[in-house]
Amino acid sequence: MYTEKVMDHFENPRNVGEIPDADGVGLVGNPTCGDIMKIYLKVDNDVITDIKFKTFGCGAAIATSSMVTEMAKGKTINEALRLSNQAVAEALDGLPPQKMHCSNLAADALHAAIENYRDKQK
Amino acid sequence: MRRVYMDHSATTPVRPEVVEEMLNCLTEKFGNPSSLHYFGRQGRSALDEAREKVANAIGAKPEEIVFTSGGTEADNMAIHGVAMLNQNRGNHVITSAVEHHAVLNTVKALGKQGFTVTILPVDKFGMVSVEDLANAITDKTILISIMHANNEVGTVQPIKELAALARAKGILFHTDAVQSMGKIPVNVDELGVDLLTISGHKIYGPKGIGALYIRKGTRWRQSLFHGGAQERLRRAGTENVPGIAALGRACELAVQELAEEAVRLTGLRDKLIKEVMDKIPDVRLTGHPTKRLPNHVSFCFEFIEGESMLLSMDMKGIAASSGSACTSGSLEPSHVLLAMGIPHELAHGSIRLTLGRDNTEEDVDYFIENMMPIVERLRAMSPLNSENEFDFEDSCADCKVSSSCHL
Ligand SMILES: Cc1ncc(COP(=O)(O)O)c(C=O)c1O
Ligand SMILES: [Zn+2]
Repeated sequence: MYTEKVMDHFENPRNVGEIPDADGVGLVGNPTCGDIMKIYLKVDNDVITDIKFKTFGCGAAIATSSMVTEMAKGKTINEALRLSNQAVAEALDGLPPQKMHCSNLAADALHAAIENYRDKQK
Repeated sequence: MRRVYMDHSATTPVRPEVVEEMLNCLTEKFGNPSSLHYFGRQGRSALDEAREKVANAIGAKPEEIVFTSGGTEADNMAIHGVAMLNQNRGNHVITSAVEHHAVLNTVKALGKQGFTVTILPVDKFGMVSVEDLANAITDKTILISIMHANNEVGTVQPIKELAALARAKGILFHTDAVQSMGKIPVNVDELGVDLLTISGHKIYGPKGIGALYIRKGTRWRQSLFHGGAQERLRRAGTENVPGIAALGRACELAVQELAEEAVRLTGLRDKLIKEVMDKIPDVRLTGHPTKRLPNHVSFCFEFIEGESMLLSMDMKGIAASSGSACTSGSLEPSHVLLAMGIPHELAHGSIRLTLGRDNTEEDVDYFIENMMPIVERLRAMSPLNSENEFDFEDSCADCKVSSSCHL
């Protein structure tokens, strides 16, 4: 059902954890729908220098969280804002159709963290 | 890799004795039971023998058994057939919130065809209360369908008491015994039911075969299938003789070994429950602690999600199932767990382990050994913990609906 890449990111997720003094934190999903993602950012000069995630959810949710952190790391926040859920799914060689919902959270969580960072800058 | 199959409520391997019976009807006794000649007579005799075995296994008469394509068809046939024939007497049908979809969706379909439907609530153990049923019955009630044992949480319903209520009022009673068959005694007279469903693949028989028991004299009529006169007009279509012969043998063996196997499985079940509860924090047993199937274990693991547990277990060769939304293909977790008042986030962390003939103590040890690090790893990844998660209380705040909940 899942691609090798999905299983790899599920088994060996990149960037799991929290950043205590994060510059931005994004939380999406809720316990009711079954997937929750929290993304923490460190931003330096508009570049994402560190990123970590914590996820409650299925294999797809964990793999997409891992992938989105990998894709966003080192990007400017403008570049990161252009990362779509679709792009994350494609980077994992696709997801089963019924799993698109779960994966839709990954980029959203990243964008929420960036928004939080920007709010803090104001 | 070591493989530990703990998903016997989903399906079971076919026993060699059953395969033998089946093969015989695929090759030697291949005749169509409706044919007059020697080959036909052989098919007919296999059919008759199987019918007798199934009947014996549940305390019925052979002519009260109708073979179907499985549990789903038998449930559909039972409910629809009673409803169609009795609609001049009343239009009210009662079922429970924890039924298998084969029953629940059939009853709901009747609801769209002018029938009035009552779906009984359950308590926090998934139990239907006799009091609730008594209150739900009206003079328009024609059928009550409540399962014998639940597939997701293993709770065994008080069918005898529930069916007695129905009988006293002249209402027909159907029970889905797909999960209880072969695990606990299933006897149609002792239960006092008019219709009862069983399925082959849950009792070490093949998939795609089942049976509906219809008590003699029951106001029921085939209303879904049109065709030939097979099964004395109760189920059209050339009989699945190999499947039927297999079902007969599977029923025979299940009953022969029930008493001994139930004791053995109960021991394994209770060891599994105890070890998980002792060794893994923040786990809840779902379903009734004692009034449950001898092979059935179901938990909710807090702060983590079912599918990610299943995937991790599968990597270690352990096969189980979950009622989380992400395994059901919908956004909703199991309707059974929700009906028991279990909050969504907890229901997403459900795991069902159903034991069978092939499981040993070593399997239980292997499971525990591997499950502990899996839970730990996923929890370390989860943003939820005991401080921020919705506080699930042992109160009846969520299962306010059942009158059997006197807490
Ligand atoms: C309680 C219950 N009823 C009915 C069924 C359906 O049986 P079948 O798979 O033979 O259609 C199942 C199996 O999933 C079940 O557990
Ligand atoms: Zn998911």
